[in-house]
Amino acid sequence: MSANTLTRRDFVKGTGGLLIGFSLADSAVLPCLLAETAPSTGATPSPARLDAWLRIEPDGMIQVFTGKVEIGMGVKTGLTQIVAEELDVAPSRVAVVMGDTSMTTDQGGVGGSNSIMWGAKPLRNVGASARSLLLQLGSRKLGAPVDQLETRDGIISVKGDPSRKISYGDLAGGTDLNEALKVSGDGFGLDVAGAGTPKDPSTYTVVGKSLPRVDIRPKVLGQFQYVGDVRVPGMLHARVIRPAAVGANLVGVDEDSVKGIPGYVKTVVVGNFVGVVAQTEWAALQAQKAFKATWSTPQSAFPAQQDLYKYMRSTEPKVTKETVRKGDAAAALSSAVKTVKATYEFPFQTHATMGPGCAIADVHMDGVTTIWSGAQKPHALRAGLADMLGVPVEKVRVIWIEDAGSYGRAGYEDTAADAVLLSREIGKPVRVQWTRADMTAWGPKAPAVSCDIAAGFDAQGTVTALQFTSHAFSGAEILPQPNSAGNFLAAQLTGVANTKTRDEFVEWGEMAIAYGFENVYANAHIVPPFADKSSSLRTTHLRDPEGPAATFAIESFMDELAASAGMDPIEFRLRYIDDERVKGVLTKASEKFKWDARPSPNKSSSTAEIATGRGVAIGIRGGTHVATMAEVEVNRRTGAVRVKRLVCAHDCGLIINPEAVRGTVEANLIQSLGRSLKEEVLFDRGNVTSVDWRTYQVARSGDIPQVDVILINHPEIPPSGAGEPSTRPTAAAINNAIFDAIGVRLRQAPFTAARVKAALATPVSVSGA
Amino acid sequence: MARTSLKINGSVHDVDVDPACPLLYVLRDNLEMNNPRFGCGLGQCGACTVLIDNRAVRSCMLPASAAAGKEIVTLEWLGTDANPHPVQTAFIDAQAFQCGYCLNGWVLTAKALLDKNPHPTDAEMRTAFESLICRCGSHVQIFSAVRKASESMKRSA
Repeated sequence: MSANTLTRRDFVKGTGGLLIGFSLADSAVLPCLLAETAPSTGATPSPARLDAWLRIEPDGMIQVFTGKVEIGMGVKTGLTQIVAEELDVAPSRVAVVMGDTSMTTDQGGVGGSNSIMWGAKPLRNVGASARSLLLQLGSRKLGAPVDQLETRDGIISVKGDPSRKISYGDLAGGTDLNEALKVSGDGFGLDVAGAGTPKDPSTYTVVGKSLPRVDIRPKVLGQFQYVGDVRVPGMLHARVIRPAAVGANLVGVDEDSVKGIPGYVKTVVVGNFVGVVAQTEWAALQAQKAFKATWSTPQSAFPAQQDLYKYMRSTEPKVTKETVRKGDAAAALSSAVKTVKATYEFPFQTHATMGPGCAIADVHMDGVTTIWSGAQKPHALRAGLADMLGVPVEKVRVIWIEDAGSYGRAGYEDTAADAVLLSREIGKPVRVQWTRADMTAWGPKAPAVSCDIAAGFDAQGTVTALQFTSHAFSGAEILPQPNSAGNFLAAQLTGVANTKTRDEFVEWGEMAIAYGFENVYANAHIVPPFADKSSSLRTTHLRDPEGPAATFAIESFMDELAASAGMDPIEFRLRYIDDERVKGVLTKASEKFKWDARPSPNKSSSTAEIATGRGVAIGIRGGTHVATMAEVEVNRRTGAVRVKRLVCAHDCGLIINPEAVRGTVEANLIQSLGRSLKEEVLFDRGNVTSVDWRTYQVARSGDIPQVDVILINHPEIPPSGAGEPSTRPTAAAINNAIFDAIGVRLRQAPFTAARVKAALATPVSVSGA
Repeated sequence: MARTSLKINGSVHDVDVDPACPLLYVLRDNLEMNNPRFGCGLGQCGACTVLIDNRAVRSCMLPASAAAGKEIVTLEWLGTDANPHPVQTAFIDAQAFQCGYCLNGWVLTAKALLDKNPHPTDAEMRTAFESLICRCGSHVQIFSAVRKASESMKRSA
């Protein structure tokens, strides 16, 4: 790929858009014609103009500009369908530009599974408004009132007289089709309203269809370009030298250790940040390997891994929050005829993206900077990098180009900061390719979580009290929005403090929304970070941030309660659930799974060497309802767990593209199966020791079960997210199936053979009173 | 540095490189080919897979000099836009992959597998793919694509 340094205006000009005021400047036609304002290179377009979102080219192509980005789940295709639907054009006539901060509005980037739920709203409204403007123009041109016109496939024609027609391209292509839009909200919630009203979903013909994803074909044919394929003229290659341990200070570097490498250019040292720069990638790689640096020996940053959860529960919390107080749980618990208590533990996990992160930065003397990055919140990244450089944001442009998935604040942000720092020091464009160890060991982590739960039954067998306490590292110690210098590892290594941190708790409330118990008390503690900066166990968002850990605890515990009550796990849950959509997904999943209603454990398999079991768990996230059922085989001798089948019923309201949603849900299920059975960040007292695919195991071909996804479409309910919710219940569903199979409850993830064997050797009984 | 002659995608390229430099960097940096891709540099994931004499090989560990004189094929040469390879067609039809960064490994390993064994059993397929990573978890669609490709070969046989 040649370097894309066009401005948005250049782009528009280059693709034929004319930058003249509209000649029919008649307030009835164009409610408010806007003056032409050419933004400076780095400025982000104002969302208050229609042409910030959409332009019609002379050939009738529709150019759409969005601050949302594609991270592998098909959002680009979904947004294409939504705009095509509103404009009555073929989806192939819609081209979407994503995430370039000089060409797209700030929609908060990607996060929270809300790109379709919220991010599509302004595009839907803009599409409707553009169609409304086109109809008004068409009415003048064709000499027929708007209500006598119809639009189809990019052509306006007179009803009953199809020979009187004009295409969008001929009517308005290349002109400044524009309108002042009413703006509301910002970031994820940014919305705009114009003259047009979006269609009634019951009339949709493009939305709801399984269009092939626009990116799959070029990817499979090897034509697709990822950020790693950006080649900027004069670009140098760099690798970063990491500290010997968390908290180690740089004592000295021996540049002679790398000077003889052909193509070696320079070593950059800023505080504890060390990078080697070379003419070629191979030279940079050799220099990284050969580089000799001396580091101080710091005090151990981390506890021993086997003491992690004990450490988390015994360390003075940074902050504590009461999350639910309903009735009097303590009193109800003390008067209960039976109590059940359990503690659940979920490890640090990490994004470990397939490509370990790549970024190119070109920092000029005057601070004007261009960064090519696959980070999923490009506008926030721009603000953070500008802060790091100490220049106004207008000088900085982030050109987003797809990297290898993302799954949250993956570390691509840190790669970009590495590149910026190195380019600033070298004065040339620098490409930084992170190594596997950079991403897996030094990338940010999802927090480790410990949850204590207790419940009490009354004499009738009804749960009357529930208490929940979590101890977890913050879900946003590193903000998912990388909008300040302290957010980046590179800046932290140069001594910049992470001042914009947030306490994000593991809560009973939002995570357990389905259950209506009479008396509930819940609180949550934040465990302070191990180090105030440059920690390889710094925590942030990984797919469905606190969801998998909290739901593992909550839904495993529901299963414990069902077993304690001697009830079928679904029947037990339904006693405390009113929500029809939760009942809906449970019913659909049960039918497909052929759920055999009975209490767990499964008596018939409890003594066999290969024990089989089935389990269920639910998850609700941002309006999306999920029920997952798992069938497992557990080898009592080896402890190995094999998931044979996963059935997932998924209700996210209106479905934009069923096959794209199905693919994303299937991938969520497999990724979360890996997180349930295998994924655990390993560390010693000073470093993360998960550095590659052997030391950080994920799901592989031999682990893949039969997967059945049931998509429940609700055209009458606005779409909610599908990017993360089906990750949420998997661990608990599998864990409940393991209990069903062997009658022993695991309370620590992942469910490795060693943990299963240990649990079988010393069964932890449900503590009852 | 040494002159090395590499036959890639039907053309001979003379490159002046360190003989120890892995083929991956010669393809990507010297020849500016976008496939294969860097995933781990350790031979553990498969993102850097190329075909060498029709065997799926990890280019991140293979010195460029060791590939001299052999037939190297990368993903972009497997089929054309107008005429994709049947394995590519099957992957497109199955809409396999999320981010797709891993797919050099899956598509080329599947191609090499099906050339040797056109109708692999489920177990044979899993064994052939065990050392490939797909971090997004697209395995269900990938398996379905390979079965489709195998079926299409059966029909055309």
